[in-house]
Amino acid sequence: MFTTKERNTYIFVQKVPETLCYHCGVACVTDNIAIEDKVFCCEGCKLVYEIVAENGLCDYYKIQSHPGLSRIKSLRKEKYAYLDNEEIAKQIYKFTDGDRTIVTLYLPGVHCSSCMWLLEHLHKINPYITESRLNFTTKEITVHFTKTNISLREIVELLATLGYEPYISLDDAGKKTVKGFDKQKIYKLGIAGFCFGNIMMMSFPEYLSDNSGIGIKYENLFRYLNLVLALPVFFYCGSEFFSAAWKGLKQKTLNIDAPIALAVIITFLRSIYEIASGTGSGYLDSMSGIIFFMLVGRVVQERTYKFISFNRDYKSYFPIAVSVVTPNGVENKMLSDLREKDVVQLHNDEIIPADSIVVQGNATIDYSFVTGESEPVRVLQGQQVYAGGRQTGGQLTIQIIKPVAGSYLTSLWNHYSFTRNKAETNDRNSIVHLMSRYFTYVLLTLALITAVYWGFHDPSKIMTSVTAMLIVACPCALLLSVTFTNGTLLRLLSINGLFLRDTTVLEQIGNIDHIVFDKTGTLTQGSESNVVCTGHQLTESEKDILYSAVSPSKHPYSKALAKWMGQRELVAVTDWRETTGQGVECLCGGEQVYVGSAAFTGVKNDSQVDDKTSVFVRIGNQVSRFSFSPVFRSEIPEVISKLGHRSRLSVLSGDNDSQRSVLAGLFGSGSELRFGQKPIDKLTYIESLQKKGDKVMMIGDGLNDAGALQQSNVGITLADDINNFTPSCDAILDSGKLKSFPDLLKLASSGGNIIAASFIISLVYNIIGLYFAMQGLLQPIYAAILMPCSTLSIVLVTSGMANISALRKKLSVVSEGD
Amino acid sequence: MSALFVLVFVSIGIAGLFLVAFIWNVKNNQYEDQKGAALRILHDNELLQESNINKS
Repeated sequence: MFTTKERNTYIFVQKVPETLCYHCGVACVTDNIAIEDKVFCCEGCKLVYEIVAENGLCDYYKIQSHPGLSRIKSLRKEKYAYLDNEEIAKQIYKFTDGDRTIVTLYLPGVHCSSCMWLLEHLHKINPYITESRLNFTTKEITVHFTKTNISLREIVELLATLGYEPYISLDDAGKKTVKGFDKQKIYKLGIAGFCFGNIMMMSFPEYLSDNSGIGIKYENLFRYLNLVLALPVFFYCGSEFFSAAWKGLKQKTLNIDAPIALAVIITFLRSIYEIASGTGSGYLDSMSGIIFFMLVGRVVQERTYKFISFNRDYKSYFPIAVSVVTPNGVENKMLSDLREKDVVQLHNDEIIPADSIVVQGNATIDYSFVTGESEPVRVLQGQQVYAGGRQTGGQLTIQIIKPVAGSYLTSLWNHYSFTRNKAETNDRNSIVHLMSRYFTYVLLTLALITAVYWGFHDPSKIMTSVTAMLIVACPCALLLSVTFTNGTLLRLLSINGLFLRDTTVLEQIGNIDHIVFDKTGTLTQGSESNVVCTGHQLTESEKDILYSAVSPSKHPYSKALAKWMGQRELVAVTDWRETTGQGVECLCGGEQVYVGSAAFTGVKNDSQVDDKTSVFVRIGNQVSRFSFSPVFRSEIPEVISKLGHRSRLSVLSGDNDSQRSVLAGLFGSGSELRFGQKPIDKLTYIESLQKKGDKVMMIGDGLNDAGALQQSNVGITLADDINNFTPSCDAILDSGKLKSFPDLLKLASSGGNIIAASFIISLVYNIIGLYFAMQGLLQPIYAAILMPCSTLSIVLVTSGMANISALRKKLSVVSEGD
Repeated sequence: MSALFVLVFVSIGIAGLFLVAFIWNVKNNQYEDQKGAALRILHDNELLQESNINKS
């Protein structure tokens, strides 16, 4: 416990160095942008400070120094104009009664406690915002406001000005359900726990009674109270086991829930009979205990990562509305209302919503997310552009030729592989259900034998011994070992940066024998590239000149060149001209400078190397040649060689084959390398492997891999930021943890062994129980002792073994920051 | 012995209150954001003094 005073001292210790921006902590270039002694890196940051200071919210800067986000990238003024359109805004509202309105927005920028503090004090900035509450885990803010006084657009713009620009996508439209925990399950768990505890307590007199004293006197009171407490356990908490078993029986399969449901029902009926006839107290304590522990296991196993979404499709990538040119001027239209022949205005950095034809403007389209090709493509007027591309060359006017859902990219989601439910298919073929099937048959046979045996010797014991057998042999221990093992493994994997969608993926990973990689963004690091200079080596002053020449250009090669040279002096530039697709020319430092393709710079390209990946620079008469190659992630060679021992490998790339030799060296001769792969090609390649009988794991990163990820047995998305927008997949791997990926796979596949080991333990308990049950000797107290013992030992064994196996692979078992 | 009779119901009743409290918590999304609450408690409800920063 620490007092306010102490806490303040602690905060003031963090002094703000003068050269860093007071708002966002970026190093300031000049001291000119300042308010009193506080220096800012840009006008945007200063503006945020002004808003914050004006409203007396300066504590924002005290909770954490430099809490803000860089505001250098300014907001286009009309960007959120579409929110003024009530039809569109209505799609985003969570609730509105015409005036009071609630809206939930996703703010990717939220990162620290200062963010939370500022965002929950929005009412100080604008009094018409009545309440704002941030969910830090999901980074969602819920804002209550009065619509007649402040519009949704104003709220979004306020958030954007503060540096927390909401991400609004087509996926938000009409989404009214709150994602998160399955609350039903938690209620069930709470109620089962309550009833189980109380039933145990009420049963104590019975366990200890020697047919005298209080036990006998209050016998009926305790028994009937137990029965009342067991009712909600049986009818409410246990209902999911019954419905799962029934579902399995209807499909003519015996899943693990079937013998469990059978045992629970028989226990319950026999207990009612015993209590009603006054012959005994039944096994209600064991029954509610079993249900409680099984529910705990299920909750542990189905723990979801609230901050990650595994089911994104193109909808979360596309905007919710676009500007459409109509005879009455520019209007904002919902994407779903977009028709063929509509003329759409796109601004810099916006996504093309549907396949279209360029009408006007400079189209330089970045398809990297769609095709995996890293080069932006220059498209001329009258040519076609495809949905999913990002315009990078300023304003553009296009005419829609295909509806949104029918476009080249989006049609991928119409492929039949997207219609099947992977989790359900996996689950049906799960080893657990296979094991439980044999288990059930053996159990029923044993029950039959016992019944026949007692039929000859003492028919009065048939009922008691057979029912006791079915009760004691309930495979709840098997279910528990599976759920706790899976739950522990999921937790360990998530600590180490691999997030699985659910436990069925875990089992699939064990079977994988072929791993397919995407190249761009997966093997290589997104935007980084290696620069090699051949020919004339530039002097320092020439580098200044080249830096000044390429700085204004947005072309990725210009940016890569500028980055390669580092921070440099700017030299005055005149006559700067950029010919898109060709290069840049200008007069700089008294020399004519050309940067671009061989033809553009007037250089004869005499080398054999493909000139697609190089740029020529001519300063005066000196010619240099720069070649670019993608940077492979540093861990890749090690990871590849480790994975190569385990399974076959392949590479699919949307790019051209300029990197073939490098990749061949990396992967060895046995691996298949395919280039120029379209999204649908990747999907069909995976399918062809599966037809050969391979169990395929696909590792990709972009929308272009979405089909392959879906088709594969296990689709893993490699993400630099796990909160970012990843396509639908089975698992997400934090790219920072790529190094330990082979070990994580091993850990995931160790689950089978752990389950087998704990299954043997549970069998031992079952055999002990059966030994008593077959003789008709099973007293409630034995059942009540056996049940928690077996549960406890299984929980300890499974989580212990999983943790040890992780430690031996040098993985962390405790999450950082918790 | 009737004291026992009363006490049994009292004990179940008290446990029941906790159960209701638990269900109420879940219903009010208290388990939805487990990180946020830990951060929120560190913030004072009242703003710290207007301090040395002038309103600009």
